[in-house]
Amino acid sequence: MMKMTKSLCQSLCRRAGQFSLAIGATLVTSAAMAVNSLPGGPAVNQLDLHPPVTQIAVEQQWLHNFMMILCLVIFFAVFGVMFYSIFKHRKSKGHKASNFHESVKVEIAWTVVPFIIVIFMALPATKAVVAMKDTSSADLTIKATGIQWKWGYDYLKGEGEGIGFVSTLDVSQREMSDAGKPSGDDYLLKVDNPLVVPVNKKVRIITTATDVIHAFMVPSFGIKQDAIPGFVRDTWFRATKTGDFYGQCAELCGKEHAYMPIHVKVVSAEDYSKWVDGKMKEAAAKADDPNKLWVLADLVARGEKVYAGTCAACHQANGKGGGPIKPLDGAAVVLDADKTKQIHVLLNGQNNGAMPSWKQLSDTELAAVITYTKNNWSNKTGQVVQPAEVAAARK
Amino acid sequence: MSAVLDPHGHAAGDHGHDDHAHDHHPHGWRRWVYATNHKDIGTLYLLFSFTMFLFGGVLALLIRAELFQPGLQIVNPQLFNQLTTMHGLIMVFGAIMPAFVGFANWMVPLQIGAADMAFARMNNLSFWLLIPAGLTLVGSFFMPGGAPAAGWTLYAPLTLQMGPSMDAGIFAMHILGASSIMGSINIIVTILNMRAPGMTLMKMPMFCWTWLITAYLLIAVMPVLAGAITMTLTDRHFGTSFFNPAGGGDPVMYQHIFWFFGHPEVYIMILPAFGIISHIVPAFARKRLFGYTSMVYATSSIAILSFIVWAHHMFTTGMPVTGQLFFMYATMLIAVPTGVKVFNWIATMWRGSMTFETPMLFAVGFIFVFTMGGFTGLILSVAPVDIQLQDTYYVVAHFHYVLVAGSLYAMFAGFYYWAPKWTGVMYNESRGKIHFWLSLIFFNVTFFPMHFLGLAGMPRRYADYPMQFADFNALATIGAFGFGLTQVYFFFFIVIPCMRGKGEKAPQRPWEAAEGLEWEVPSPAPFHTFETPPKLNASATKVIG
Repeated sequence: MMKMTKSLCQSLCRRAGQFSLAIGATLVTSAAMAVNSLPGGPAVNQLDLHPPVTQIAVEQQWLHNFMMILCLVIFFAVFGVMFYSIFKHRKSKGHKASNFHESVKVEIAWTVVPFIIVIFMALPATKAVVAMKDTSSADLTIKATGIQWKWGYDYLKGEGEGIGFVSTLDVSQREMSDAGKPSGDDYLLKVDNPLVVPVNKKVRIITTATDVIHAFMVPSFGIKQDAIPGFVRDTWFRATKTGDFYGQCAELCGKEHAYMPIHVKVVSAEDYSKWVDGKMKEAAAKADDPNKLWVLADLVARGEKVYAGTCAACHQANGKGGGPIKPLDGAAVVLDADKTKQIHVLLNGQNNGAMPSWKQLSDTELAAVITYTKNNWSNKTGQVVQPAEVAAARK
Repeated sequence: MSAVLDPHGHAAGDHGHDDHAHDHHPHGWRRWVYATNHKDIGTLYLLFSFTMFLFGGVLALLIRAELFQPGLQIVNPQLFNQLTTMHGLIMVFGAIMPAFVGFANWMVPLQIGAADMAFARMNNLSFWLLIPAGLTLVGSFFMPGGAPAAGWTLYAPLTLQMGPSMDAGIFAMHILGASSIMGSINIIVTILNMRAPGMTLMKMPMFCWTWLITAYLLIAVMPVLAGAITMTLTDRHFGTSFFNPAGGGDPVMYQHIFWFFGHPEVYIMILPAFGIISHIVPAFARKRLFGYTSMVYATSSIAILSFIVWAHHMFTTGMPVTGQLFFMYATMLIAVPTGVKVFNWIATMWRGSMTFETPMLFAVGFIFVFTMGGFTGLILSVAPVDIQLQDTYYVVAHFHYVLVAGSLYAMFAGFYYWAPKWTGVMYNESRGKIHFWLSLIFFNVTFFPMHFLGLAGMPRRYADYPMQFADFNALATIGAFGFGLTQVYFFFFIVIPCMRGKGEKAPQRPWEAAEGLEWEVPSPAPFHTFETPPKLNASATKVIG
């Protein structure tokens, strides 16, 4: 019976989807919108939860179907009665009104029966809640930090401990959005550095944030956990399949809320070890000598990269900012001969965090990006900020 | 005197007013600015809320226009966030709440046989406070940095990043809160003290019962909201750190305080609707309301439960297991009294002798579509499922099913039901039916696809979205514009003609089987009614002598 209702419901859903798809297709004029379903991300006109990739997501889907079926049965029963009454008990059909208006027995019945149904619904849900909240004995612990508007990932415990990087929306996506000309199956979901985790391992995600509340969500894993500044919270998943899985920030976090996706790459244990090795070597090679003395041109070139990845989202590639975002091109603090002023802003933030603190960047990166802004657009100060100066300002 | 634009009929002078002789109230603009008459103030409330409803609707259409296709076409993301925020604030505080106060002003004294509201001058103040508050909310778009863009829930610490309009918004909310509290005190005192002799509490019309309970809810929770936004204000300007983590504050505490207000608030927006429906269904089924006593108990239970379920809005903040379980169970319990109400309405219809004039259509539409919102609420109450659906379009669909198909439909039903009494003319029945069917269809075209978007994981408050979501969004946008135009049609082709007195003259009892004291006075209701307490029959539904 339950199976039948379910398959009936699914086929109805599919019909409804095809119908609306037809309406949509005829009415959406832009022909350039051909898009395919994204495995691990949304499917075209998806009607149900994502195909589950963790045990928790399987349970959530089961619970949702279970609730849907119960609700539909009650819905059809109750409104079957109502519509029967609407068609039969009409004045136009000569139906005379009865006079009953009270029955304690009936009232008790329809209070107690729903109460029992609700308990029946709560039992399986309780089991899932308890399983969901058990973040103990994880194989790998990763801290996900929400930053306006990107995700920072730090591997805290387990294989790969010490790896840390920032994951940002691919720049071309934001440009396509602004231009109103989106394309690609992973539109707004493509990032520069995906989070990489091993398959079949319990991964505990610790969330926090540096500025406002964000939320770390991956529908295929059945997780959504707010990332709260000043606090840590946790959630967990054990992916049963390799592949790419996508999510987006789920708590309003300001202007670029729609532009901080989450991309999790689930790989086999061997591939994960290889990835960790590669990351470790990369990190060793990339480590900057904080005492190196740079020349202007090199530092500007390095700073341009930092700017594009970190600052351009708000201050724009042209340095003009926009709305509440202050311009850098021609800004007093950038042009100021006293270099410590700008260093101070980058290290500590400004305007209640509207300009966040960037102290998580390295001395070399900060020195480079400051030098870049001081010598780009119409700013031609010729000033060079060395990493050592940033290091001194940190103290 | 009635709710007509030109009550003295100089221009549209084809209808007479038999109450001119007793007409000692101010005229012209003074009539409205100095208004102390509950009917005039009710009219003002209703017109104000309809204006705000249209303004909030325009904001909604801008949102939907941007979401018609993926990519940014019309607004930038900052303005988009302002639109979603102000759409929510204006619809909740500017449209729905004042509209129900308008209904209460018009109907509570008429239904209990009182001459007016208890505090006539405070009534005037609580209306006129709305004007500066409404102007401040609307005007915030023109302030430096634009309107507040932190969502209608105004979560910290995002509010700390907002420009000066945030302070203006907080000020406006304080004024609206003061207005609501005054309105509630007025309603409670009127209902408790001014019922006609013989009308005991358990003989009181359901609309008065639901408003009495709503008024207590308002008095209980508006100060909580005031506290939350005042703390936000001092965090912004006076160096406190209630919610600012940089100073040791707790952003989640804001959410607890906000939702302790916010959950009762959603019942504040639906209980009076239950009251209206409980009048209309019996009137058009020609049968007494089934289970009056249990309706009163169910309403009270919903009100009491509303105080212990707030954290179901916060399952994803990361509560302990016991917290999640408690709030999940408590929330599921609300389905029981809500179910009782729906069953009672259907039992009222059962073996009645029904006709389907526009008020009844909206009432049946309400029961049907609101219940769908109730079911999605039950699904959302299951914490593991909520983890998937929280902050997605599923939630957007859910609360529009209960607020638009719930509160708004009930108000439309109430308008069609009582407008003959207010204006003295019948609305045009076929236009009313057009309004109903278009509203019903376009509402579902707009919001039904949002369930799918939410299940597929599309987060709410997104200015742009992955392309897989494009078709359902396009469909929702088409529905939204249809719905918006339908309401413009309602205003120009139904409300305006009624207010100008155009149409068939309404008899004192326009509905065959409608019960209650409001049908004991002529149509349109004279400026002063029940100046001396009426003598009532045993069921307190008719005046005898």
